[in-house]
Amino acid sequence: MRILVFLFLMVPSCILAAGSSAPIPLDSVAPDLSDKASLQRGARTYVNYCLGCHAMKYQRFQRVAEDLGISQETMMANFVFDPSKKFGSHMENSMSVENAKQWFGNVPPDLTLYTKLKGGPDYFYTYMRSFYEDSTRPFGVNNLLYENVGMPHPLVHLQGVQRKVCKNVPKIAKNGGEMRDPLSGESIIEERCGDDLLVRGISPLSLVEGSGELSADSYDGLIYDLTNFLYYSGDPSRLERERLGGFVLLFLAFFYVFAWLLGREYLKEFH
Amino acid sequence: MLSLQQSMKNIMNWIDARLPVTETYEKHMSKYYAPKNTNFWYLMGVLATVVLVNQLLTGIWLTMSYVPTADGAFASIEYIMRDVNYGWMLRYMHSTGASAFFLVVYLHMFRGLMYGSYQKPRELVWIIGMVIFVALMAEGFLGYLLPWGNMSFWAGQVIVSLAGAVPIVGDGLATWVRGDFNISGITLNRFFALHVVLVPMLLLVLVFLHIVALHEVGSNNPDGIDIKKNTDEQGKPLDGIPFHPYLTLGHDLPAIVAFFFIFSIVMFYFPDGGGYLIEAPNYEKANPLKTPDLIAPVWYYTPFYSMLRAATFPFLGLDAKFWGLVVMAGAIFLPAVLPWLDRSKVKSIRYKGLASKVFLAVFVVAFFILGYLGVQHPTPLKTFIAQICTAIYFSYFLLMPWYTAAEKTKKVPDRVQMR
Ligand code: HEC
Ligand code: HEM
Repeated sequence: MRILVFLFLMVPSCILAAGSSAPIPLDSVAPDLSDKASLQRGARTYVNYCLGCHAMKYQRFQRVAEDLGISQETMMANFVFDPSKKFGSHMENSMSVENAKQWFGNVPPDLTLYTKLKGGPDYFYTYMRSFYEDSTRPFGVNNLLYENVGMPHPLVHLQGVQRKVCKNVPKIAKNGGEMRDPLSGESIIEERCGDDLLVRGISPLSLVEGSGELSADSYDGLIYDLTNFLYYSGDPSRLERERLGGFVLLFLAFFYVFAWLLGREYLKEFH
Repeated sequence: MLSLQQSMKNIMNWIDARLPVTETYEKHMSKYYAPKNTNFWYLMGVLATVVLVNQLLTGIWLTMSYVPTADGAFASIEYIMRDVNYGWMLRYMHSTGASAFFLVVYLHMFRGLMYGSYQKPRELVWIIGMVIFVALMAEGFLGYLLPWGNMSFWAGQVIVSLAGAVPIVGDGLATWVRGDFNISGITLNRFFALHVVLVPMLLLVLVFLHIVALHEVGSNNPDGIDIKKNTDEQGKPLDGIPFHPYLTLGHDLPAIVAFFFIFSIVMFYFPDGGGYLIEAPNYEKANPLKTPDLIAPVWYYTPFYSMLRAATFPFLGLDAKFWGLVVMAGAIFLPAVLPWLDRSKVKSIRYKGLASKVFLAVFVVAFFILGYLGVQHPTPLKTFIAQICTAIYFSYFLLMPWYTAAEKTKKVPDRVQMR
C-alpha cells in the first residue's frame, strides 16, 4: 500500500511536466512586484505607447494608482490622456473594431490578462524583443514569435532596427557535440542563417548599431518594466494574496499544534 | 429560582418532546461508535464534507457578483477578482476547492476499493456514493462553463456535442441540452441555474442519505472486521470509539487544519496550478472562432476523457464516437455494481490474496496513465496505450468475480489491529 500512497503523490508532478510550444525558445524573466519604481515606469510606457491601441479594460486607473503608489493628481496628469476618463474609469480606448480591422487586419487584443493567457510573462518579454525589419510587411516589421503580426513596432525609435542576419557559429558534429579541428582543437566555424540558427537556440536577429535612442540593455530594461506591469495587471492582488497567505499558513501551523495536542488527550483513553 | 442548568434541561426536555434533538445527537454523534483503528484514508469523508461547505459558502458569495450572460460573465469574474473586497479569495477558494473536492473524493473512493467498504452491508452507502460522484462530475462540468473563458466554451462544446453521437436522437438531444444550436448565452443561463440550484441541492440530499445509511450499518475499517461482534456487557463495541468528541477532536480537527494548510498553499501561491487548475486559454473571453490549441478537460476528468478517446473504430454500424461515449459511461457507472462483483470472503486488501493486490495496483497505475494521456495530443502510440489502460480498467471490475473467488485469502483476526 505504501506504493499506492507514493503514486498518489506522484501524479501532480507528472502532469505538471507537460509544457507548451512556441516557435522560438522564450527568454525567461523574473518579475518583481515589490519594485514599485519599475511598475510605475512600465505603466508609463504602457499608457504612452500601447493604450491607444490595446485597452486594459478590466483594470481601473484608480487601482493602478493605489497599487503602484501614484497619487491621484499625478495619475490624472501624467497617465490619463483621454479627457472623458475619470480616476475610477477602466483603462479603455476609443479604437473601434471596424477601424482596427481595416488598419491592421486584426484587432489589437485587450492586454489586461495577457501574461495569464500566455501562461506567464516570458512570452510577452520575448515578443517585445523579437521585432525585425521585413519590407514585405505593411508596417515594415515582422516578429519571430508571431509571424506576420499585424502590429507595427511602437518602440522602434527606442530599440532601433533589428535585422535577420547570418551568423558564424560552431559546426555541430553528428553526435551533437561541437566539431573541432583535430590539430588545433579549435571549433570549426560555419555560417548559418534564420531558422538554422533558431534550431540551435541562437537568435538570428542583430541590432543595427546606433539606429535606436536606447542601448540594447536600456531597451531590455524598458521591456522588463513593461513586462512587470503587465504581470501585475494580470492579477493585481497577487502581492496582497501572497502576504496574506503567509499569515494564514502561520496561523494554521500554530493551530495544528494545539489541535494535535488536544486530539492526543482525547485518544489517550483508547490506546 | 431555577438553576441555569435546570432551566437548560427543561428547555431541552420541551424540545425533545417535539423534535428528537438529543436522540439524534446521541445516535449520530456521542453514541455512534466508530472503529478505533481507522487511518488516514478514513479522514477523506470528513474532508469532503468540509470542502462541500466551502463550495457552498464561497459559491453563494460569488453568485452575488457574477453575471450569467454571454456579454457579462467574463467581465464579472474580473470584477470579482479586482473590485470586490476579497473577491479574489472567494474565487480562488472556489476554483481550488473544486479540484480539492475531486482529489479528496478520489482518495475516499480508493479507500472503498482497498478495504472492501462497498461489500455487504454497505452496498447502499457505496451506491449513494456513486450517485454523489456522478452529480459531482456534473456540477464541475456545469460550473466550468460559467467564467465564459475560451476553454469553458470549447470544453462545453466538445462535451455537449458528444450527445450528438447517440444514434437517431443524438443531434436533437445535444440541441435540447444547449437550448441552442451552439453553446451560447442561453446555455450559460441554464448551466448557471443547474450549477447553483439544482445540483447543489441534490448533493446535499445525497450526502445526507449517504451518512444516514452509513450510520445505520456502521463504518468499516482497515481490517474489515465487524466491531459490533465484540461488545462489553452494555453492548458497546470493544473496538469502537464514540464519534464525538473522541474522533471529531482526536482525528478530524487536526486533519481539517492540516487539510486547510495544504489547501492554502495552493490557493494563495499557486491558484492556477500551473495551468491545470485554471487553464491559460480561460484568461480570454469565449471565442467561437478561435479554437484553443489543445482542448483538454480539467485534470479530474482526464482519465475518463482518455477512455472516451480510446474508442477509435466503428462497430456494429455505429461510429467510433458513439462507442467512446459507451466506454466512458461504462467506466463511470461500472464501480456502482462492485458489491456484486467482489466474491471474496474477506473485505480488506490486508487479508485478500495476491491477485486482488496485483489487480488493484495495476488498476491504479492504469488510471494515472489515463489521466496523464487525457491532457496530451493523441498520437497513435498514445491512443494504443490508452486502449490498453482502458482494458485494464475494465478488467479490474469485470474479472473480479473470478480472481476474488479463486485466490487464497489470509485469516482475519477477531479484533482490529492497531498499527
Ligand atoms: C498602432 C496600434 C498598436 C500599438 C500602438 C500597439 N499595438 Fe500591439 N498589437 C496591435 C495589433 C493590431 C495587434 C494584433 C496583431 C495580430 O494579431 O496580427 C497587436 C498585437 C499585440 C500583441 C500580441 C497579441 C497576441 O495575439 O499574441 C502584443 C503582446 C502586443 N500587441 C503588445 C503591445 C504593446 C506592449 C504595445 C505598446 C508598447 C503595443 N502592443 C502597441 C496594434 C498595436
Ligand atoms: C460529497 C461527497 C462525499 C461526502 C461528503 C462523503 C462523506 C462521507 C463520510 C463523512 C463518511 C464517513 C467517514 C469516512 O469513512 O470517510 C463516508 C463514508 C463512506 N463513503 Fe462517502 N462521501 C462522499 C462521496 C462518496 C463517494 C463518491 C463514494 C463512492 C462511490 C463514497 C463511498 C463511501 C463509503 C463506501 C463509505 C464507508 C466507508 C467505510 O466505512 O469504510 N462516498 N462518506
